[in-house]
Amino acid sequence: MFDDVSLTALAVVFGMSTVTYVTKAGGFWALDRVEPSESVREALDALPGGILVAILIVRLLEGGPTEWMAGIAVLVVAHRTESVLLAMIVGVGTLIIVRGSGASIT
Amino acid sequence: MAQTNTESDGNSSAGDEDVSAETETERVAFSLDGVRAGFVTCVPVALGVGAYGLVFGVLAREAGLSLLTAVVMSATVLAGAAQLIAVGLWDWPIPVVAVIGTTLVVNLRYLLMGASLRPWLTRLSSRQAYTSLFFMADENWALTIQDLRAGNGRGAFLLGSGLAIWVFWVVCTAIGAVAGGRIGNPETYGLGFVLTAIFLALLVSFWEGRDSLIPWIVAAVVAVSVEAVLPGRWYILAGGLAASLTEVTRNVR
Repeated sequence: MFDDVSLTALAVVFGMSTVTYVTKAGGFWALDRVEPSESVREALDALPGGILVAILIVRLLEGGPTEWMAGIAVLVVAHRTESVLLAMIVGVGTLIIVRGSGASIT
Repeated sequence: MAQTNTESDGNSSAGDEDVSAETETERVAFSLDGVRAGFVTCVPVALGVGAYGLVFGVLAREAGLSLLTAVVMSATVLAGAAQLIAVGLWDWPIPVVAVIGTTLVVNLRYLLMGASLRPWLTRLSSRQAYTSLFFMADENWALTIQDLRAGNGRGAFLLGSGLAIWVFWVVCTAIGAVAGGRIGNPETYGLGFVLTAIFLALLVSFWEGRDSLIPWIVAAVVAVSVEAVLPGRWYILAGGLAASLTEVTRNVR
């Protein structure tokens, strides 16, 4: 059972590494052959932000007011310091404090 | 291949019309020195990546990945945002299409990043270029572009800096995964919020001023609507594509 689970998981990981390498090498490979149009560049550029927004909006709507407050703290710190790690630490800290202060919103 | 003739032309072109045109005239060598320079320059950045790797390791264990799976993922995928998102999607049975499809879409930006390295990579052998590209991540890509634009001609910089990232990322994933199994209830430490926090902070780095606002609003609306209608994680791909289409159609006018 455990082996089965592990092998399936490893196969999925292999799929992930394959598609990732295709993206890492593919741009260089393709550009040696065709010049991408402006629209293709723009489309690729806008993708990561859109994906993150999609993930976040659903998570935050499920999360409730406590998470929104902590989320604001993350945004402020990330904007000021440009450090993902610091922003994460402050955000989680804020969440723990807000929860600990007896706010029984959740 | 099309650009190789400029190398033999020497410095005949003024090169001020294009930053990369200037560097076309310089020699690019692939040497151990370059690997070392890349590695050393990248160590401070890699320390940050390592801390991030700890978090990834913990979250991977919480999501039900085995230690082996988590470490193999870090060693072979080497893409922080995609791995964190994959772990966020992880379930049993594993939603294979969602995990691999989202990984692909999240990493599409690498197409452009790899493409931007072309002026230098074309000077290396294909084996050198394609090996180096495996080690390309957001952080060392930025460092590599800086180093190459400075005209140091260190073609192995990408490989060296990538190796630094790889070592820290993989080792710290293992440490985090081992520790993660012993933490107990992650909610006590606000771990459930860690991914949200990381994504929010990453989102800030993707902000390109007001131009980002409309595509993001569209992405949010589409994601919420799709999530209400379709099962699974299709809303993620839908949101990303919606942002892309908005961006493109807006600029057509």
